[in-house]
Amino acid sequence: MTAISTETGAARRVEPRRFRFDIGSPTTTRRALAIAAGVALAYLWAPIVCLILFSFNSNSITKLPLTGWTLDWYAMALSNERLMDAVLNSLIVASFAVVICMVIGIPTALALDRYDFPGKTAFRRMVVLPYVLPGLITGVAMLSFFSMVGVQLSLLTVIIGHGTALTGIVVTNVFARLQRFDRRIEEASADLGAKPFQTFWYVTFPNIRGAVIGSSLIAFTLSFDEIPVTFFLTGRDNTLPMYIWSTIRRGMTPEINAIGSIIIVVSVVLLFVSVFIMADDGPNKRLKK
Amino acid sequence: MSSQRSYAQRRRMGAIALLSGPMAWWGVVLLTPYVIMFMISFYSRQFPLHIPDFQFGNYGILFTDPQYYIVLLRSLKIAAFVSILAFLISYPLTYYLVFKVKSSRVRLMLYVATIIPLWVSYLLRAYTWKTILGSEGILNSLLMWIGITDEPVTFFLYNQTAMVITMAYIFTPFMVMPLFATLEKIPRSLIEGSKDLGVGPYRTFLKITLPLSVPGILAGFTFTFCLAAGDFISPILVGGPYSNMIANVVATQFGMAMNWPLGSAIAVVILIIVVAILTISDRFERVGRLNLG
Repeated sequence: MTAISTETGAARRVEPRRFRFDIGSPTTTRRALAIAAGVALAYLWAPIVCLILFSFNSNSITKLPLTGWTLDWYAMALSNERLMDAVLNSLIVASFAVVICMVIGIPTALALDRYDFPGKTAFRRMVVLPYVLPGLITGVAMLSFFSMVGVQLSLLTVIIGHGTALTGIVVTNVFARLQRFDRRIEEASADLGAKPFQTFWYVTFPNIRGAVIGSSLIAFTLSFDEIPVTFFLTGRDNTLPMYIWSTIRRGMTPEINAIGSIIIVVSVVLLFVSVFIMADDGPNKRLKK
Repeated sequence: MSSQRSYAQRRRMGAIALLSGPMAWWGVVLLTPYVIMFMISFYSRQFPLHIPDFQFGNYGILFTDPQYYIVLLRSLKIAAFVSILAFLISYPLTYYLVFKVKSSRVRLMLYVATIIPLWVSYLLRAYTWKTILGSEGILNSLLMWIGITDEPVTFFLYNQTAMVITMAYIFTPFMVMPLFATLEKIPRSLIEGSKDLGVGPYRTFLKITLPLSVPGILAGFTFTFCLAAGDFISPILVGGPYSNMIANVVATQFGMAMNWPLGSAIAVVILIIVVAILTISDRFERVGRLNLG
């Protein structure tokens, strides 16, 4: 704030009349912009604040006025076995899906960055397709596939579905990072006698590590929250979103607010970690300059 | 010469080694399902499921039965409103973050704050709007508490407006991300140059900042539009009787209605629409980039 006022002051001293007139309207614009930004942030945060607020409210119906502060909903959520099973299932699914994303995504990104092959553009489009396409399409397509092949729906099919739908994130991020990577370092490494794998491990990987970890964390959280694909591919075992979905339709208790609030806190921590790691080699370096 | 060829050969072997695994994976779990879905869209429905066939009846129904094409048009309309609302929210916010916030640390924090809602369970975000807008909900109880109304207002929830508000809320981060990336890349020198030449701030915005942010706007619209058009959860939660979206129809066909061929045909149509939108926006974006020089 002080920086802004000294600037205007300096400008005024240089050219008093004309500038004051000109600056008058930009401050109004600035204020209008600040208000618009504030409204937007409020819109984005109000529901989350409501969600967290009502997880501590003793009334089982989410309405004002607040009736009193309680931790019962948290206790209920944590002792609800089916809910905890669903959380565990989601953790399992997300972990395996992330492994798939990395194992498939990194080589795909490397191949797209390094080699020309017939149908490359089509291939690139196809790989990111499930990521931009409504999840529902991937879901029904894979459901048709699994039923035609005769695979029973289970957590495994969910894992494969998530792996397919989310690998695009790892591919895009790692690919973008590779494009900015100076290949001469790799050539130098090869010239100095390193084997291809050594070059990858000691030279290439440290440079894309941030993108890999960051996009994996994103994939993890997205998988943890995934509905449209899971909706069609899940068997008897519920993931957390599917469990919440089933309770919402029966009428929900603040128990769900409680578990939701816990997830928000964990996600935000994960997000900050991933931003921090991505900033390590990522696009934020430019931002700091 | 021979060493060069062996280098080329080594490269090719590397390419094959690197590609074969992922290619096989993508072929089996991605391409095959899409192909199967495409095939089923030509099948005929027959109890209990469907039989292999090659006929265009499923596509025919979609374009002749008003029950289906009205829903398709409605989905496109709602998706358009969602994108526009998300844009109106995102642009001032992003502009403020990029051009008005002086400290890069504060800017990054605020940016992350706009993205964080994306990491909150989608279902809970949609559901919270239900608890806000509902007749026993937060907004109504607030209005009654303050004394603005005596009876709960029922028109907040279960209509298309509620759907647009909810979905715009859910998908706004997808608008902010590309906008932020694009606005950040606009060289400040161009804006300063425009100012030095005596062009006012509004004209500078219209002639320089806005045109240069077109790629981000396009990308944002593409994301939000496609996501909104394919959503089937929000309509169930906050939409009313006339809020069925095309994705709901697909879900129903694969669920209770057990008409996979019709469901597949609709899914294929959605896929074609989405790919068309992506291709068009990609082309426009490239044209915009060329103009940049």
